[in-house]
Amino acid sequence: MAQEFKLPELGENIETVDVTSVLVEAGDTVRKDQPVIEVETEKASLEVPAPFAGKIEQVLVKAGDKIPVGATILTIAPAGAQPEPAPAPELAAAPAAPEPAKAPASGPAPPAAKAPAAASAPAGVATPAAAAEREPAKVIEFARPQLGEPAPAAPSVRKLARELGVAIERVPGSGPGGRISIEDVKAFAKRLIASPAGAPAGPASAGAGPQLPDFARWGEIERQAWSNVRRATAGQMSAAWTRIPHVTQFDRADVTELEALRKQYRGRAEAAGAKLTVTAIVLKVAAAALRRFPKFNASIDAEREEVVLKRYVNLGVAVDTERGLLVPVIRDVDTKNIVEIAVELGRLSEKARQRKIAPDDLQGSCLTVTNLGGLGTTYFSPIVNWPEVAILGVGRAETQAIQEEGRFRPGLILPLSVSYDHRWIDGADAARFLRWIAEALEQPLLLALEG
Amino acid sequence: MGGKDSTAKLAVIGAGPGGYAAAFLAADLGLDVTLIDPEPHPGGVCLYRGCIPSKALLHVAKLIEESRQARDWGIEFGEPRIKLDRLRAWKQQVVDKLTGGLGQLSGRRKVRYIRGRARLLDAHRLEVAQQGGATTRMGFEHAIVATGSRPTRLPGFPDDPRILDSTTALELTDVPGRLLVVGGGYIGLELGAVYAALGSRVTVVEMMPSLLPGADADLVRPLARRLAGQLEAVLLETRVAGVKPQKNGLKVALEGAGADGKDRVFDKLLVAVGRAPNTGDVGLETTRIQVDERGFVRVDAQLRTAEPSLFAIGDLVGQPMLAHKASHEGRTAVEAIAGHKVAFEPQAIPAVVFTDPEVAWCGLTENEARARNRDVTVARFPWAASGRATTLGRDDGLTKLVLDPPTGRILGVGIAGPGAGELIAEGVLAVEMAALATDLKLTIHPHPTLSETLMEAAEVFFGQSTHLYRPKK
Repeated sequence: MAQEFKLPELGENIETVDVTSVLVEAGDTVRKDQPVIEVETEKASLEVPAPFAGKIEQVLVKAGDKIPVGATILTIAPAGAQPEPAPAPELAAAPAAPEPAKAPASGPAPPAAKAPAAASAPAGVATPAAAAEREPAKVIEFARPQLGEPAPAAPSVRKLARELGVAIERVPGSGPGGRISIEDVKAFAKRLIASPAGAPAGPASAGAGPQLPDFARWGEIERQAWSNVRRATAGQMSAAWTRIPHVTQFDRADVTELEALRKQYRGRAEAAGAKLTVTAIVLKVAAAALRRFPKFNASIDAEREEVVLKRYVNLGVAVDTERGLLVPVIRDVDTKNIVEIAVELGRLSEKARQRKIAPDDLQGSCLTVTNLGGLGTTYFSPIVNWPEVAILGVGRAETQAIQEEGRFRPGLILPLSVSYDHRWIDGADAARFLRWIAEALEQPLLLALEG
Repeated sequence: MGGKDSTAKLAVIGAGPGGYAAAFLAADLGLDVTLIDPEPHPGGVCLYRGCIPSKALLHVAKLIEESRQARDWGIEFGEPRIKLDRLRAWKQQVVDKLTGGLGQLSGRRKVRYIRGRARLLDAHRLEVAQQGGATTRMGFEHAIVATGSRPTRLPGFPDDPRILDSTTALELTDVPGRLLVVGGGYIGLELGAVYAALGSRVTVVEMMPSLLPGADADLVRPLARRLAGQLEAVLLETRVAGVKPQKNGLKVALEGAGADGKDRVFDKLLVAVGRAPNTGDVGLETTRIQVDERGFVRVDAQLRTAEPSLFAIGDLVGQPMLAHKASHEGRTAVEAIAGHKVAFEPQAIPAVVFTDPEVAWCGLTENEARARNRDVTVARFPWAASGRATTLGRDDGLTKLVLDPPTGRILGVGIAGPGAGELIAEGVLAVEMAALATDLKLTIHPHPTLSETLMEAAEVFFGQSTHLYRPKK
């Protein structure tokens, strides 16, 4: 007897995923834990493994589908079971509809799967075109709205929503049967404006601004849809930028000695499977700095006028991937030595680039480190990765003339930046914090002494 | 009329119901607009050789059929004598009156109307081959391409004046004794019914297993039943394998379920297998406009093509190829050009087949719901329970609502019966307004009318229809 395999819980706050590829087809035999589909959430891409060994009877999703947790992905006849003579007719069609959310007041119903192009044309064109008509349009930027399953709102209400830049499908309706009124749209728009990214629309609402000019008037243009990663980044950055009163301070560390040590011990680290990078060392120093300056290991609960201080030290590292910016998190950095940190950093960065990173690997950071030195940048002002209160920026080290006891010597200078939330951290705090990091990089002994 | 290299803010190519609606709205919004079409007045296929002349003839056909049915009511007429010249003249009068009226509306709005064929030279210039041979060029900021569609021709059919398409069939040169209609879609059935009423023995062949492929079976049934009494034969799952012109007619070989192995001879053939978008000869290739694999111009929700200065509307951009869809698209495109935040996003486009009985539907159909595995409740009110239908001697109709089960929201409406085309408008409004069955049930409808069937269908949803008793389960 074939069993349905439903999309399992993939992590906190993940309700729907995009199917990026289907790795099996009907008739395939799979092992337990063999990946069957690959899905993408807002930031992570992951493979969903088969729950048990068996033979795939039906695959009910395809690449490009957006499916909720709990949707049936496929049916599998467990290994050893007799094959079913015929699949139940109920299973023959589209993936199961999403279960109604438990809290209906929290937001609009998830839009149901897009309908195939409506075949409502009365033209009795008795040609094979009828089959082709069911294929949805492939060119995304020109996709037209499909008929059927529309938002329950009158044309005048939909018109207002469009003018206000509100996606009508997202507006919760207060009328009978969830009908959306003019007031519903206005209230939703107000909330969007009041909390640019925390609105019910979720992190995707990077905010629709005033209407753009027709750029094509001045030359050739191309439009590209945002990826999930870009959408999430846009939402997160808008939220951080508008919520946090940012200040950025700069400092510099003479890492001549550290660089010599790094070169000296690079081989040993490699033997342990690690690449001894500046980032790995900075992570170790930043972890120690958080221990010494616990004010920086905090989050602000503005509503309760409280601050949450964390007793653990997890650090996020900004990684540039093909899909965009990802921030994998290394746990308990303060308890790890530099080689261990370097090993983990290498592993997580690789996973991020290979789109294999799990959502849990992207959560729970206390402070983020972003190193643009590899790309040649010196000083820059990063945006705090909310709900953190500070972010550490690292630039490219350059050899500069250092004046010492009336003489000049060449010194390798590492540019450092720290952006922070001025509601909680003051300039003097930040100056002490950053200076301590610079000194720890200049005098590695300081780590052992005070870190 | 524009001189050499004149320029316009907006050029509209094609003056059918999409093009002229767009041009008129553009003028009303204060845009300088030029409308280009080969015909003397705006109107396009719809007015010159489509919706309007066919409806004039269908009205006549209905009159003839009703005069026959009147015998059952004690009124006897003789067999009608048909003066084809008068009928043709009347049809032409209807067309002339409406197109002439559009010409006047166009002039009053100061729309610059150029009679000729336009061809794009690039994204901002076009050339018009005018009636009379002169060629002019003009520049434009934006253009709306609305060149419509033409009847699809079947490959392998001989070139013979006795093979008609919808255009030549509407010319009504004669009433053939034996007519074969190829295609059981709305065009074939409407014109087939006209010729049958005028005296032709009409056979319809349709490749699919049902007439009006795509429409819900329960809506097609009343029509199929009535046509069975009017047409010589309806051959489903049948296609034409070959046509041989002979002196005494066209010898047709059929294949499929309705073929009996013997060739049949017809005086005329009407090919009504669909329409193809007019994308050739417009100069699309001089622009970056993209055409999809079925020949439709690709547009976004504002009807903008891949070339930002060019918009396309109507039959050119996809199904359904209906005048009212084109008009709505044309108005949306103009508003987009005027800088308004608009999109073409109807929740229901009504489809009407003007046969007798008429068949009309809008929004979600049962077929679509099934194809998408969308759970729906269908509430049916048969016209046998309608007083008004009975007074018309027509209790074979059906009104049905396709509803969202938990909320009772009206997702689609289907009607078969005389006047269905008028009645469906209320259904479209209900779907667009996201009305619930409760709303329809609580809206007083005039008695005795066919519109009550919509209200009673809503009552059926609650198991409380006044005129239809269904025992409780």
